Amino acid sequence: MGTLSILIWLPILGGLLVLAIGRTSAGKPSSDGAGLRADRLLALVVSVLSFLLSLPLWTDFNAATADMQFVERMSWIRAFNVEYYLGVDGFSMPLVMLTTFLTPIVLLAGWDSVRVRTAEYFAAFLILEGLMIGVFAAVDALLFYVFWEAMLIPMFIIIGVWGGERRIYATVKFFLYTFLGSVFMLIALIYLYLKSGSYSILVFHQLPLSQAEQTLIFLAFLAAFAVKVPMWPVHTWLPDAHVEAPTGGSVILAAVLLKMGGYGFIRFSLPIAPDASGHLSALMIFLSLVAVVYIGFVALVQQDMKKLIAYSSIAHMGFVTLGLFIAWPILARTGSTSGVAMGLSGAMLQMISHGFISGALFLCVGVLYDRMHSRKIADYGGVVNTMPRFAALMVFFALANAGLPGTSGFVGEFMVILASFKAGFWYAFLASITLILGAAYTLWLVKRVVFGAVANTAVASLVDISAREMLILVLVAGGVLWLGLWPAPIADVMSASVDHLATQIMQSKIQAGL
Amino acid sequence: MNYSLMDLSAQLPEIVLASGICVLLIVDLFVRDSARDLSYLLAIFLLAGVAWVLIGIGPDSTAHFASGGSYVSDGLARVLKLFAVTAVATVFLYSRPWLRSRKLHLGEYYVLGLFGLLGIMVLASGYSLLVSYIGLEILSLSLYAMVAFDRDSSRSAEAAMKYFVLGAIASGTLLYGMSLVYGITGTLQIGELQTAIAAQADVVGLRVGLGFMVAGIAFKFGAVPFHMWVPDVYEGAPTPVTLYVGTAPKLGALALAVRILSEGSAGLASFWEPMLAALAVLSLILGNVAAIAQTNIRRMLAYSTISHVGFILLGLMAGSPGGIQAALFYTIVYVIMAAGAFGFLVMLGSQGQEVNDLDDLRGLWQRSPWFTLMMVLLMFSMAGVPPLAGFYAKWWVLSALLNAGYLGLAIVGVLTSVIGAFYYLRIIRLMLFDNGGTVSTVGIPLDLKLVLSVNALLLLGIGLFPDRLLDLCAYAAALI
Repeated sequence: MGTLSILIWLPILGGLLVLAIGRTSAGKPSSDGAGLRADRLLALVVSVLSFLLSLPLWTDFNAATADMQFVERMSWIRAFNVEYYLGVDGFSMPLVMLTTFLTPIVLLAGWDSVRVRTAEYFAAFLILEGLMIGVFAAVDALLFYVFWEAMLIPMFIIIGVWGGERRIYATVKFFLYTFLGSVFMLIALIYLYLKSGSYSILVFHQLPLSQAEQTLIFLAFLAAFAVKVPMWPVHTWLPDAHVEAPTGGSVILAAVLLKMGGYGFIRFSLPIAPDASGHLSALMIFLSLVAVVYIGFVALVQQDMKKLIAYSSIAHMGFVTLGLFIAWPILARTGSTSGVAMGLSGAMLQMISHGFISGALFLCVGVLYDRMHSRKIADYGGVVNTMPRFAALMVFFALANAGLPGTSGFVGEFMVILASFKAGFWYAFLASITLILGAAYTLWLVKRVVFGAVANTAVASLVDISAREMLILVLVAGGVLWLGLWPAPIADVMSASVDHLATQIMQSKIQAGL
Repeated sequence: MNYSLMDLSAQLPEIVLASGICVLLIVDLFVRDSARDLSYLLAIFLLAGVAWVLIGIGPDSTAHFASGGSYVSDGLARVLKLFAVTAVATVFLYSRPWLRSRKLHLGEYYVLGLFGLLGIMVLASGYSLLVSYIGLEILSLSLYAMVAFDRDSSRSAEAAMKYFVLGAIASGTLLYGMSLVYGITGTLQIGELQTAIAAQADVVGLRVGLGFMVAGIAFKFGAVPFHMWVPDVYEGAPTPVTLYVGTAPKLGALALAVRILSEGSAGLASFWEPMLAALAVLSLILGNVAAIAQTNIRRMLAYSTISHVGFILLGLMAGSPGGIQAALFYTIVYVIMAAGAFGFLVMLGSQGQEVNDLDDLRGLWQRSPWFTLMMVLLMFSMAGVPPLAGFYAKWWVLSALLNAGYLGLAIVGVLTSVIGAFYYLRIIRLMLFDNGGTVSTVGIPLDLKLVLSVNALLLLGIGLFPDRLLDLCAYAAALI
């Protein structure tokens, strides 16, 4: 068994074990949380072990090649030439690392605050972790689809069981939206299989396709990935899901699940249908800019902290899609690929960075919610007076979200804006608006929640964060700083893959087809 | 017609079964009510014997004909029979505690169930219109009697009456179509029909006859607009009978459709394929939309069945061999899912907690976490979410459709699946997210719990390793 298989199956089997232990140690769910230590401890051990086992992916990674590494390949469904085919390249490896890094943090975040069905809670997150890694590591398209859809099951349960008041509405909406988008992707994948005789994504990359085929396939993929990113106007499930999900669910949703949309564009849409991507790039850029500008304004008026961060996520993910599709205007204008690669790496860095920052912000809201049981901005004010250590960290993450240089939030956005400049002034101008808007809604949030005089007695009696909460926030803060001050290692890791993708998208697949 | 000993080998499973049923019928006369388990054990023993005979034939890749070419034992027949026997045995396992708790534990249930199985097996092997019709009638008459089995229940009687009247009309329709086809082609044998139909494809009477036959087949499947009996029968019949009606007979209906349409009328495919497509699309849309509006779980599952039938018909219309394989795979997976879902209701019912309203399942996780998990697996499988078997069934049908160039139908298929997901999610939601309710699995015998767990986990097993079942279906349809 290779590293990737272990990373997929260890958390899944560990999750099942946690479930089994939870059953035997407490026949029925208890409300005090005591006596259930064995299961959550096991869950933490499994997730930390997964992270440690994923470190070789980073240390042994060969950054000089765009080929798949740590490959595992064996036949799975012979009749359809479907393979159990795993591998990572410069795009997927950082996302796998992000997943393994964040899962222990998410488990720690729910350590005390989850009081009902604790074993199931920790088990669901572990199983989810395995499936998410499967999505990033699958090189076979059907295997990818199986992981992609299977992931909905634990997420559906996480929001539905441990969510807020309107959790059922939110989770059904989440499930159906994603399901609806995905089924079109399935049709596209089957079509590509019938055309190529294989489900290998790498074979799909080589497959010549006519313009009409590419357009339809691109749109089918768009249905799946645009929902996941989410792009305006199919974003409406996200605020609901985020608001109702438990803290851990929001973190995973924002930090990893949304990345799958961007990853899907990189892995499928761009290389499989490069001509259609170019053809429709204007539409994609338009949708991205709407997300950046319009959703930024929407975020400004939110009364609910989680909702505000959810809209902020949509706006920031708009940068990802912008960075991916700005390639064609650049090519049209300058004919050089240097800006293309910058846009692509900017998009990738933005995804990783957003994983840290949005995750951290949801963790911060979780910290407050655990104490006050309110997400309303109006219920807060002057938190800094009672929770100084927490306030410092929250302000730090807010500044990162606003794109302060020195934090990871700056790097990705700056690269995408630079790339946009090569495409044209107005692209860059509109994209830059986010720096103002992002600063506005984030800092205003901080001002209303953290600063000012103590708003009410509830805030006055707040207790500062515990060592556990401190640990998880500091860990994420470390990631944000590392990526912001010294992004070179991660940029190096993905550079070969980025260059490869840049050449892929410039090669027309129509010529060879007809 | 000349008979030979070879006939016996091709028909051996049916001969064993028929003789066994007669023995059971006589033995049952002398068994007291308190010892009725003897009939049950005898029935299970008989099924094991039939399965042993079937497996003994082995993975023979040639077709053996009997009765002058009117009876065939080929891959399709063998696979269908094996799964039908397993399905009926599973149904019996589920049913016994329920029947005992209702003081309905009579030998007739097993005898009728076994006769129904005999009908399914004849359907699977029938290679002549007449033999198929006889098989269908053996099955149908057993089903009518089974639905009316609880004679003190007026609802059962009403359902049986409806089923019988509509079923008789459908049988008549089918027979009328067969007589027209026979009148024009001069043959009943499927193999000869194939060449005769291909030669006279433009004769109008032939098309009329085929149209009647398609209507009859659609009724037996329960496809829209011949679906009216399905919700009423599923709701009105005693729960174990609903379990029976919802599982094994679908294999028989598939055999009927494959033999008559895919094999016999291949030359007129351009005529019946659009009809199947229309039936399928209507079933998918009406089944899934109507299921949303149901508050009774059995009616909901009935409409869900109708939508699954739509998918099976889509596979059939996509044509050979991929489409037929896909339809076969879908039917087998569906039978496993339906056995689990109805078996779950039977299991709860055996403790006197008849589940009628969806709301009865509310908060089940609090009392029976393990079986909530099993039911969640079943529902996600029905919704077609990987990695459960239901997904691969849909995937294969979609592949066959796209391979045959029916993009539009594939899109209808996936869109209606998304609609369908809604009501399966509702059951999961009620069981898993809500609190309250009283239904529980406490006190249910271990064997029943074991069967249900195996049944549900099988879907996960097929989902993780779909290769074996896919290969089996490919083998079954290889000769068509």
